[in-house]
Amino acid sequence: MPTLERKLDAKQFVVTAEMPVIDGGGQADVLRHLEPMRPFVDAYNATDNPSAHAHVSPLAVSIGLANAGAEPIMQLACRDRNRLALEAELMGAAMHGIENISCMTGDDVSAGNEPEARSVFDLDSLQLLQVARVLERGHYLSGRAIEPAGAGGAGGPHFFLGAVENPGAPPYEYRVRRAAKKALAGARFLQLQICYRPELLERFLRAAHDTGLTERLAMLPSICILRTVGGIRFVATKVPGVDVPAHIVKRVEQAKDAEQECEEIAYEQAMHALSQPGVAGLHFISFRKDAGIAKLCTRLKIPGGRDSNERESNGDSASVAV
Amino acid sequence: MSASASHGRAAAVIARAEHVIKGPIWGCRMCGQCVLHSTGLTCPMTCPKTLRNGPCGGVRADGTCEVKPEMRCVWLKAYERSEKLPLWRGHFDDLRPPVDNRLQGTSAWVNLITGRDRETPAGWADANP
Repeated sequence: MPTLERKLDAKQFVVTAEMPVIDGGGQADVLRHLEPMRPFVDAYNATDNPSAHAHVSPLAVSIGLANAGAEPIMQLACRDRNRLALEAELMGAAMHGIENISCMTGDDVSAGNEPEARSVFDLDSLQLLQVARVLERGHYLSGRAIEPAGAGGAGGPHFFLGAVENPGAPPYEYRVRRAAKKALAGARFLQLQICYRPELLERFLRAAHDTGLTERLAMLPSICILRTVGGIRFVATKVPGVDVPAHIVKRVEQAKDAEQECEEIAYEQAMHALSQPGVAGLHFISFRKDAGIAKLCTRLKIPGGRDSNERESNGDSASVAV
Repeated sequence: MSASASHGRAAAVIARAEHVIKGPIWGCRMCGQCVLHSTGLTCPMTCPKTLRNGPCGGVRADGTCEVKPEMRCVWLKAYERSEKLPLWRGHFDDLRPPVDNRLQGTSAWVNLITGRDRETPAGWADANP
């Protein structure tokens, strides 16, 4: 059982982080990116052509993370693969012992730098979750048995399935129902899209908590650490579904030190998320080249030492004081 | 003419009639497995991502589509309409199976009567223990 699953089941506070994209830097780049955030992060998202730009595949990066002793969460988007390719990718992950899978629709190709490409969307994210569950039952979508069957006669591989949801995109009041539908389809953790409108995140988490959904689906709000005026403008205009209020953009534009202002915004975002009911942990996305995640975690008093085995065996729960 | 040929011709005539009616009203794409009743009478195949199970996370704050900013999100319309429907509202949250791409261009009316539109891959039905 992967540690992310065990920790979330045990209601331990978890930290996940987006692994920066890998291009030509290979495994050395994986190690370089890991190093500063390692003490604070439980598992890393290997992204799947984010913003519809081609990079090293999520399975390859997941293997690289696992080889480095880090726990991967393989993202799988429906944009670039039909159902056969998605099944193959899931089985490939299983072959390498990668069990954490985050299923998502994916940004459209028009958001990227190869807009002439064909969008696939043969499955949607809900159907992809269900297909992963079909594999767990010991056969492919066709009904063909996965052979040889897994240990204990269970048949298929074991996955710890996750999904994403955007509390900041209309129809706001429906988003919790959609999250519940994802839980029914097999999702057990939910990484929330970056949300610069705290009232919408609050509304989503409140409803998820009040309906008991947070008991079945671990909520991980995203915290985005930017660095420059260009960065906040990029998120405001180019990231689909992320609504950045004008006053936030202005704050960074008018700041004496844009980098410090971005840190402040991320800190406020994190403190707000942590004050909400039913939050199981945080997901960090950093656009900084330095140790932005480590710095923010330290300021948030999130205990480090997650890469230490002794701590693990002592069963020291990483609860966060807020 | 063989029985299957005449059946095929009749199905083609029905498909044309269906397209003439459903095309202008719902922008029907003739997927051959109609789910309009469960989507607030809004055709999910008009979503640029052809999503069958609800809106993606790319819906803009003003309610327009991530892919086509000039268009209101198909699933936002579907949700609002479904909330107003006296019937089928509970079906909005159904988990709709993957599209059978072989049915593209065939009549959903015929497929409804024959039950063909409810056939799913053998593995699909077994997903939930």
